[in-house]
Amino acid sequence: MSEKTFVLDGKTIPYAEGQTIMQAAMAAGVYIPRLCYHPEFKPHGSCKLCTVKSNGRQAASCTQLAQSAAVVESDTQELNDERRALLQMLFVEGNHFCPSCEQSGNCQLQATAYALNVMSTHYDHFFPDRPLDASHPEYLLDFNRCILCSLCIRASRDVDGKNVFGLAGRGIKSHLIVNAQSGALADTDFAGDDKAAQVCPVGVILKKRRGFAVPIGQRTYDLKPISAMPDAKES
Amino acid sequence: MVSDMERHASYPIPTIGSILAPILERHGFAVTSLLQMLREVQERFGYLHPDAITCLSEQLRIPRVKIEGVATFYSFLYLQPRGEYRVLFSDNITDHMLGSTALMEQMCQQLWVEPGKVAEDGLVSIATTSCTGMCDQGPALLVNNFAINRLSPERINSICELIRKRVPLSAWPGEFFSIEDHIRRRDILLGSGFESGSALSALLQRGTAETLQEIKNSKLRGRGGAGFSTGSKWEFCRAAAGTQHYVVCNADEGEPGTFKDRVLLKAYADQVFEGMTLCARIIGARKGFLYLRGEYRYLLDHLQNVLQQRRENRLLGRSILGCAGFDFDIEIHLGAGAYVCGEESALIESLEGKRGTPRNRPPFPVTNGYLDQPTVVNNVETFAASSLIALRGGDWYAAIGTATSSGTKILSVSGDCERPGIYEYPFGVTVAQVLADCGAHDTQAVQVSGASGVCVAPAEFTRCIAFEDIPTAGAFMVFDHSRDMFEVARNFVHFFAHESCGFCTPCRVGTRLLQNMMDKLARGNGSPYDFGEIEKLNQLLRSMSHCGLGHAACNPVLDTIAKFRPAYDKRMKHQEFEPAFDLDYALSQARQMTGRDDAGAHLGENE
Repeated sequence: MSEKTFVLDGKTIPYAEGQTIMQAAMAAGVYIPRLCYHPEFKPHGSCKLCTVKSNGRQAASCTQLAQSAAVVESDTQELNDERRALLQMLFVEGNHFCPSCEQSGNCQLQATAYALNVMSTHYDHFFPDRPLDASHPEYLLDFNRCILCSLCIRASRDVDGKNVFGLAGRGIKSHLIVNAQSGALADTDFAGDDKAAQVCPVGVILKKRRGFAVPIGQRTYDLKPISAMPDAKES
Repeated sequence: MVSDMERHASYPIPTIGSILAPILERHGFAVTSLLQMLREVQERFGYLHPDAITCLSEQLRIPRVKIEGVATFYSFLYLQPRGEYRVLFSDNITDHMLGSTALMEQMCQQLWVEPGKVAEDGLVSIATTSCTGMCDQGPALLVNNFAINRLSPERINSICELIRKRVPLSAWPGEFFSIEDHIRRRDILLGSGFESGSALSALLQRGTAETLQEIKNSKLRGRGGAGFSTGSKWEFCRAAAGTQHYVVCNADEGEPGTFKDRVLLKAYADQVFEGMTLCARIIGARKGFLYLRGEYRYLLDHLQNVLQQRRENRLLGRSILGCAGFDFDIEIHLGAGAYVCGEESALIESLEGKRGTPRNRPPFPVTNGYLDQPTVVNNVETFAASSLIALRGGDWYAAIGTATSSGTKILSVSGDCERPGIYEYPFGVTVAQVLADCGAHDTQAVQVSGASGVCVAPAEFTRCIAFEDIPTAGAFMVFDHSRDMFEVARNFVHFFAHESCGFCTPCRVGTRLLQNMMDKLARGNGSPYDFGEIEKLNQLLRSMSHCGLGHAACNPVLDTIAKFRPAYDKRMKHQEFEPAFDLDYALSQARQMTGRDDAGAHLGENE
């Protein structure tokens, strides 16, 4: 049986039937920017950062199945310009305080912005009012940084079997909620060893009393750009 | 209804439980009916009390995050108490043109309530909502989800008086709630004098496969706007493997300026249901849904009666027309204020009781639709037309209209014309012809197919309504030269930002950025730089959005910039770059807090 392949930015990529473009690219060591995709969960394609052109048509590579002999463009000026704009949108939509953020250097939003040479946020900031949830004895939720990737929702539902997190609201008012009538994390069955506690690509779900354990400058993406870790599973 | 609500009381669980029990039982404790149950719970209490959500969560055995997620997605569901009387003014540009802004201000002043807020005594809340589909008889509002049209200062006075006296809605003057059909031009569909059951008899006589062939021969294309071949859709679905097949009628008519489905469901419901039943026979479905937009709540009783009548006449239910094995019934699901649910996969999510987020496609509903089973989703008008085709044959239908757009199209005409209403034309009719028929004078522009459609300037009035020229779901809004086309575009941009589902980044953030830019221009702070930014956003929304809402969100702006540039130019503060930060605007919150608006509370123009 001959191997199935497609072409990604001029490079031949092998794939197995049923694999998405993203899965095949990761296996082949090719980086496609992404934020809401995580290899352990069902993709849903909301951040749109991984959009590629497959045979000339735009598609989220995390949900688009690889097709034999398809010509896929990803690392192009046009797509990277659009990805930069998406990242800028995510920065102005929330409140991101990189220089003082506990996750600085471990944050995929920040690292992806560096990888794509985002030099400014470009758009006017929305400055949304997003109160913190410090109710839980061990964990803090800082919704300011939420990019609505829904990885914690999927992890809690599909792996932990708990449904601690959910999405509420519509449009720009979309926001993360927790599963308690009080709205407080302390009143859910959230636990530190939940998968959901590990998957946030930014810095919403933070462990208390463990601030700055690794100095800034020595963190994951300080040492190596995210684009050099195409198959990284977690931050 | 309204009067016996005790909105601000706390409901102990047992009380809530006993009130919720019949609702839960009526829906068979089915999670797919979650949206319907939430709607009914709200009709009972005026809002969704946290204890009610806890109770539903326990009874349905689903996490409350899921229920809250659904409840907060839909504009007509509330987690916080709203007014005893919930007033929502339709916010379409046609309502504005008829004076809705001043009428809403009048009501707010008379009832001492700020727009968007609840009166301190909890009596009333007043806000806006997306187009309620009453553009031919606006300005319009909804009070506790029931429509009142033809608003005037006098009518607002009366409404305020009724609210102040806490008169229950059921005792308000009936004429307030009367809704006209305004059928101005009938063609084959509106003039057919369709007899209930006749199309089904024709189907049984001709045979199922043969009837499908007639539908294919008719070249009927979907009337929701996209224009996919109806015959092919039914054929694909018929061939698709599944444990059940479903028929869904999309009556979530949310496109601003569209109201023809409202009239079809009012005056031609039998013909629509018959079309659904035909489809059921052809694809092998035993169950169908009518997804009715929440704004048309007032049609629910009427439609239930028509369904009941059809059951009694053996046109629904088991062994339809005595044909063993021909079993089919229709359930009505009400939406709750979400335009995006007009997108077929979002509509299916909503039917399943979820948030109305469009699915990843493929797979398409014909193979993986409702409950992942093969499903046909068609527009109201498409089903009505298919009844006619079953009766009179595909070749007869195909001969009407143009070569690639067969049959007729029903237009919802509104705006600056003497005779707004419903017009049915064979495809191929020119914009100029419609304008002449509806009595439009001095026309500056026509917005065809609503906010997501195309803005047509006078030089193009010879163009035709047809899939190959100007495709449309039916809206036809007329603007004369007194109108400001910039404000038209700005209204649509606000609509898209309000209706974006929020799933994908480009649409969620991009539509809001676009709204902010248009508002900046409206404040007179525009610069050529903004045109470049709008262009860039458009490119991004088209390229990266998850569904058609995002793809179309920049259309009204780009169309009007291209065709009505002077409307934008007069908003330019400088021909060169203008920073977005506006000192005087930044003080607006401080002015509001201090209640000041004198000259000293403003910063002068930059030197």
